[in-house]
Amino acid sequence: MKDNIVIVGGGIAGMEAARQLLRMGLNPIIVEKSDHLGGHVARWHRLFPDMTPASELVGGLIEATGQANIFLNTEISFMNRLKDSYNIMLSNGVSVIAKVVLITTGFSVFDASKKEEYGYGVYDQVMTNSDLEQWFNNGNDSRIDGTEINAVGFVHCVGSRDEKARNSQCSKVCCITAVKQAIEMKQKFPDAAVYCFYMDLRMFGKKYEDFYISAQRDYGIRFIRGRVSEVSENIDGRVIVKAEDTLAGKPVKVTLDLLVLMSGMVCNRDCSSIAGMISLQTDSDGFFKSRDNISDIICSSREGIYYAGACTGPKTVPETLAEARSAALEIFSYINRA
Amino acid sequence: MGNIFGFSISPSSTVNLDNVDFTLFDRLHELEPDAWKCMSCGSCGATCPAGNFSGMSLRKVLHNLQRGKEKEAVKMLQNCMLCGKCSIVCPRGINTRHLILSICKLYKED
Repeated sequence: MKDNIVIVGGGIAGMEAARQLLRMGLNPIIVEKSDHLGGHVARWHRLFPDMTPASELVGGLIEATGQANIFLNTEISFMNRLKDSYNIMLSNGVSVIAKVVLITTGFSVFDASKKEEYGYGVYDQVMTNSDLEQWFNNGNDSRIDGTEINAVGFVHCVGSRDEKARNSQCSKVCCITAVKQAIEMKQKFPDAAVYCFYMDLRMFGKKYEDFYISAQRDYGIRFIRGRVSEVSENIDGRVIVKAEDTLAGKPVKVTLDLLVLMSGMVCNRDCSSIAGMISLQTDSDGFFKSRDNISDIICSSREGIYYAGACTGPKTVPETLAEARSAALEIFSYINRA
Repeated sequence: MGNIFGFSISPSSTVNLDNVDFTLFDRLHELEPDAWKCMSCGSCGATCPAGNFSGMSLRKVLHNLQRGKEKEAVKMLQNCMLCGKCSIVCPRGINTRHLILSICKLYKED
């Protein structure tokens, strides 16, 4: 009988790992909490820096994992360690004995309403990056549809690099996502002024810097170095944004028709409950702690438990896929060794 | 010699972007798309031989233009000797001399 491999989370990390494990002739079981596969990426429209449709990636992965056992709307109710395997009870009543557990629980999006000074959920014309991405997908959002859009602003680092919000980590992808979304907004509203309020621009990945230069040169996106300090609403329902232009050392103020908050990645709420079941370690940022952050990022401190993707910290899509592949390889050699 | 007693109110230094007229800057962008490529690294100002004496910095000139402070920008540009050292150090490869001449043409007309 083939050994079971339980994958906790059916996002792109879980699906990519399942795809690779199926290829190796192993038996992955995906347990997904929500009613769909693909996680956050399934709700995204296009991916930086080549504007690849997210549906292409997710659709391809769903097709490739058709042979795996998949449980949707299912959570892990209980998990404990046996002699050389794990006993897992699912919320649908199924119980599995698994040789290997791969944790791909990913991240949660920071709740932007916690940063009250930005007015998310208070002022009508304030939305988040995920809201905007959904509008790109279905073209249906009262904040944009009923309004004449002449000025749009993006606020970087919302809930990231923010000790007061208890997230000191950088979410890695928001800088480049803001540049991507700013370009997309400029394409949809060519006459609108588009502003990005940033602390630093962290363009670390392949072609990110080109994307940023193009945003400046070809699209005329206006970058202002300074963190937005407060947002208020005027009598027409437009939002007034105040920041310091730290390059000029002067306060700056602008009235916008739409303000987009770049909510960062924070640890998934399920991290601590899963970690508690089999005494895994979590880091100070709440994400799972790898055995080693350089050489063993996909390994946990426990035998047979592996990680892939954003459950150990903010990751980009290609990083997540690469980790899923390397976890699959590691699992393959673990099963053959044991 | 200022107030000896009491208070005075100085005007707000806030730049209100709602009131900035970008017509000229947009025309500059058409002529010189690279004008927007500046990422304010400060290399130009650091290497500028006039900078030490006059405060001249191309970064500040571009920044002032983007914030609608055209008078300040043009005044600062008067210190430029067109030596071209800034174009040697610019990491974004902006043709700074060409850009400066375009700014002079556009903004000095009126």
